[in-house]
Amino acid sequence: MKRAFPGLLVAAAAAVALGFLVLPIAAIFLRVPLGHLLHQLTNPIVTDALVVSFKTTAIAQVLILVFGTPLAWLIASRRFRGRALMLTLVELPLVLPPAVAGIGLLAAFGRTGLLKTSIPFTQTAVVFAVAFVSSPLYVRQAVAAFEAVDPNLVAASRTLGAGPGRTFFRVVLPLARNGLAAGEALAFARGLGEFGATIMFAGSLQGVTQTLPLAIYSAFAITGGFDIALAMGALLVVISAVLLVFLKLVLSWRSSAPTSNFLFARSS
Amino acid sequence: MAILRADFELPLRSFELKLALEVERTVALVGPSGAGKSSVLRSIAGLARPQGRIALDDEVWLDAATFRAPEERRVGLVFQEYALFPHLSVERNVAFGGKERVRELLERFRISHLSGARPGELSGGERQRVALARALARDPGVLLLDEPLAALDAHTKDAVRGELQHLLAELGLPTLIVTHDYEDAAALAETVGVLVEGQLRQLGSPAELVSQPADPFVASFTGANLLRGSVQLFDDGLTRVRLESGEIVYSTDEADGDVGVVVYPWDVSIGRVHADDSAMNLIRGEVTSISEVGNRVRVRVGPLTAEVTPASVERLGLARGGTAFASFKATGTRLVPLGARVSASPRTPPETGGRG
Repeated sequence: MKRAFPGLLVAAAAAVALGFLVLPIAAIFLRVPLGHLLHQLTNPIVTDALVVSFKTTAIAQVLILVFGTPLAWLIASRRFRGRALMLTLVELPLVLPPAVAGIGLLAAFGRTGLLKTSIPFTQTAVVFAVAFVSSPLYVRQAVAAFEAVDPNLVAASRTLGAGPGRTFFRVVLPLARNGLAAGEALAFARGLGEFGATIMFAGSLQGVTQTLPLAIYSAFAITGGFDIALAMGALLVVISAVLLVFLKLVLSWRSSAPTSNFLFARSS
Repeated sequence: MAILRADFELPLRSFELKLALEVERTVALVGPSGAGKSSVLRSIAGLARPQGRIALDDEVWLDAATFRAPEERRVGLVFQEYALFPHLSVERNVAFGGKERVRELLERFRISHLSGARPGELSGGERQRVALARALARDPGVLLLDEPLAALDAHTKDAVRGELQHLLAELGLPTLIVTHDYEDAAALAETVGVLVEGQLRQLGSPAELVSQPADPFVASFTGANLLRGSVQLFDDGLTRVRLESGEIVYSTDEADGDVGVVVYPWDVSIGRVHADDSAMNLIRGEVTSISEVGNRVRVRVGPLTAEVTPASVERLGLARGGTAFASFKATGTRLVPLGARVSASPRTPPETGGRG
């Protein structure tokens, strides 16, 4: 009995921790009947937010892929002065409080900001906010994926007559593919959940800049809006869970040497 | 026949690689690991950027005004671990170098049946054949082989060494091999260079390196005589080998086909008269060189080099141009298979770079 005591303590602590993590998520689905929850999804507040969220996140992800991939390749494949600094700068938005990201975006792109643009409080502003906070997740993972590609394979490709471009598309990209997909899934999930920077830089205008997280926030504040907020919460839980499962699958498919799976543990 | 000329300097971590080399047939560079051997190949392939000049005939790949990228040099580089693309099938690996001759190369290297397999499913010997086929698919003007035998187990190595030798003879391309194993170098190349800390200590035929080593390091590194011959018969625990020079020698090693007969200089005795000992291999020949290495003397008798003391050189009255008998035991005679027909070869593991 004495011996079992520490084991019981551990089990009890684990149960508390697990319960604490699961309860709020379960509550979203348990508080109102599922049929009622599904019915709320047809509310224009929800459909508008869904469209804005997916449109802005999709555009932001395309931009991240187009600009982030070359940046990650540069950092991974070259050794130059200031490389460590560059990597740190890329990672900085990860640890910045979203409010700082919002005020920074305003200071840079605001009407009276550095570049004096008319971007704030438009849908473009949402795209900017999402891209700013989520791109580091992709770039970081992409650097790790590119670094995991055996340099001898790149060298072999060159000596076999392929220039840098052909080598990148036929050797590097296919070998780094899973790592890039994992990074992109992380960035997508982070972008979909973006709140703080968006509300400061883009506002929360239904059908224009109001994304799902912003709609949840404004719905729960109005009378009778709590159920609508719950419905959107449930939707985001499902989307996030699908992304997480996808991510874990991608990481376990990986045939080459694993790079740093720095955010999630493997399922198996 | 094309000639590759390389004369360059490349700073490495702890020393400078400095090399002047002409490759017409097969040249092997041997040296301990970390001597800069791979950097030589990388420089010639365009993967490193040294100072100097590299040219294939009048096609300049590198000089003060020129730097051709690897894809613009006609090189076939076979990497030590082969560097096959893991995400492509054998056929597509070969086709990466050039699409025209894929079928022919797959057949030539006996890998047609593997064309759909991924590199991860292949044995070491198969991987090497794929790597060679892929390098040749580009139709290179120069072949560069980085430790072509190091990644193979001892048994595969014997077979591959022979295949490689036949292949190189057939291709007739300027070929530069780097290896840490002197016996492999001597078996594959007509000219062997010893590279130590980025410096070429000596360049010559394998026989020259053994008989007249430039310094004690070369002497210890390039230990063995290697005589080519072919096995005539195996009987009563002895293999009878007919050397290319016509002499017959016996070994306790079992082998078949073409072989390299390996004898260390310190296992060879020298006499002025016929020893008349049937247990010994005996070769009569002219003394062509006598050179001191440290406190020993290396004496070349016919195709063989013996290492003896200065006292016995004096006692025997050995002089260049004279005739002497070199003798060595069948038990001290190892056979390195060079032919494709290989049977089990119970031989001791090769002594390698460590001896430097």
